[in-house]
Amino acid sequence: MLTQENLKKAEALFARYPEKKAALLPVLWLAQEQEGWISQEMMRYVADLVGVDHAHVLGVVTFYTMFNDTKLGRHHIEVCTNVSCMLRGSDRILETVERVCGAKAGQTSADGRFTVSEVECMGACGGAPMLAVGERYHEHLTAEKTEQLLSSLR
Amino acid sequence: MEKHILPDIPDLHTIDVYERHGGYAALRTALQMKPDEVIDVVKRSGLRGRGGACFPTGLKWSFMPKGNDRPKYLAVNGDESEPGTFKDRQIFEFNPHLMIEGILIGCYAMGITAAYIYIRGEYRHWIRMVDAALDQAASKGYIGDNILGSGFSTRIYTHSGAGAYICGEESALMNSIEGERGYPRVKPPFPAQKGLWGQPTTINNVETMSNIPLIISKGAEWYAAIGAPKHPGPILVGISGHVNRPGVFEVPTGVPLLTLINEYAGGVPNGKRIKAVIPGGSSTMVLRGENLEGVCMDADSLKAAGSSVGTAGLIVMDEDTDIVRVLARIAHFYHHESCGQCTPCREGTGWLEKMLHRFEHGDARPEDVEMLVEVANQIEGNTICALGDAAAWPVQSFVKRFRDEFEKRVAAPAPHHAGV
Repeated sequence: MLTQENLKKAEALFARYPEKKAALLPVLWLAQEQEGWISQEMMRYVADLVGVDHAHVLGVVTFYTMFNDTKLGRHHIEVCTNVSCMLRGSDRILETVERVCGAKAGQTSADGRFTVSEVECMGACGGAPMLAVGERYHEHLTAEKTEQLLSSLR
Repeated sequence: MEKHILPDIPDLHTIDVYERHGGYAALRTALQMKPDEVIDVVKRSGLRGRGGACFPTGLKWSFMPKGNDRPKYLAVNGDESEPGTFKDRQIFEFNPHLMIEGILIGCYAMGITAAYIYIRGEYRHWIRMVDAALDQAASKGYIGDNILGSGFSTRIYTHSGAGAYICGEESALMNSIEGERGYPRVKPPFPAQKGLWGQPTTINNVETMSNIPLIISKGAEWYAAIGAPKHPGPILVGISGHVNRPGVFEVPTGVPLLTLINEYAGGVPNGKRIKAVIPGGSSTMVLRGENLEGVCMDADSLKAAGSSVGTAGLIVMDEDTDIVRVLARIAHFYHHESCGQCTPCREGTGWLEKMLHRFEHGDARPEDVEMLVEVANQIEGNTICALGDAAAWPVQSFVKRFRDEFEKRVAAPAPHHAGV
């Protein structure tokens, strides 16, 4: 269920498009920002709100990699390993992240603190190698800087 | 050269500073012109799209039907997901009003009443910056009803993607705006006939739109005289990989790649030789380092060299680079991002990746070199959208131009087993 505040935001989103269905992605973003992920219950709720089938919402959520249909750790660490980052040492960054977080790419650490993902190009090739913590980009990384950054995240 | 898209002006992203430096004057000028005159000026400027295909912008605009009997839409492509491309983010952060002003002029020229700026989901932070700029522009009366008393009204909204490279393809982008999975559509019908919600739609790149105010303010002739005659104007070049100063550089089109690498980006670290360059994002054909002399960042020059401008995302690889591994990584990307609609792309990108892993790990078979090219050839041209081509071109060009590197990675022949 969306909070009253988010429901109001959803209503404003509907007004942006000639068809309500177009607000599906923005409404899913609201849901994910509120809960941190998108549960099956939330998908059903959003389907009713937007006026589409649950199956359609499920299809959309699973198509787009940024929509999470499972719970993540407190901090989502996304390490880019695409070409520009690879050329500048993203191997070492990913290794460092996996070691410090205690989770391999695609996993969440046992204490629930970190989820680690290996991701495709995030559009920060000039700052390679890079990673994102949530929506924040951290560029021009070294193994040492990465370790410092991760230890500052509680 | 004087910079026009990303000038060095502090706080230019705020509307007051933007206006103080002449911002929104081009919109006022355009609103005094007839819509067709605006399209004509853009045509005469020679501006070609900055999203990868280099299509003439004015011509694209002229495909839109005239009249206001049905709604028309503009989708502005800020999906920016081609590996090696990171230029539009600079516009969102440092000069969003230039893009907004260009969008407004485009909407006026084509009679469009709603524009959607599609921005990749990873750019949450920058989407907020663009939203803030849109709010400022609306509060000054540049967006909304009866803009500057002209009688013209339009709305502009951001629309966030959610992590799918394919949504940078214009018809997938429209599906994504409509609340669908990002599946490309079969063309024809083309967007100018049947686009968003079945209505006439134009799709232009963020950087393309940011050139429009310059053309209106300074004139088509001024613009056409910048850089390469057949592909004029300022262009944002993103340089990454093995260079001392990676980043986005605004230059006139037609600057030699070696000047970009050695002067703008400070050259290759430790004085190493350039082994290879991908000139315009990961889908464009790779060039050998020793063949860069005289090759320039414009459509004709790169075409003659056997590649293309793409998104002007230049990736530099030094002499120690493992070419096979680079291609394997690129192949993984296209396999991951294939939407799965067309069999040649869905299956072919997977086979390319598998075979390239064999090369990477030294257990490829001698016939795999030819098979790589064959699979790529079977994908190219046989899919709904250009993702299939984008997956094929790197494979074709890497194997063609670095064949020895692939042959070296073929496994030693297995001992002969009697009876097998």
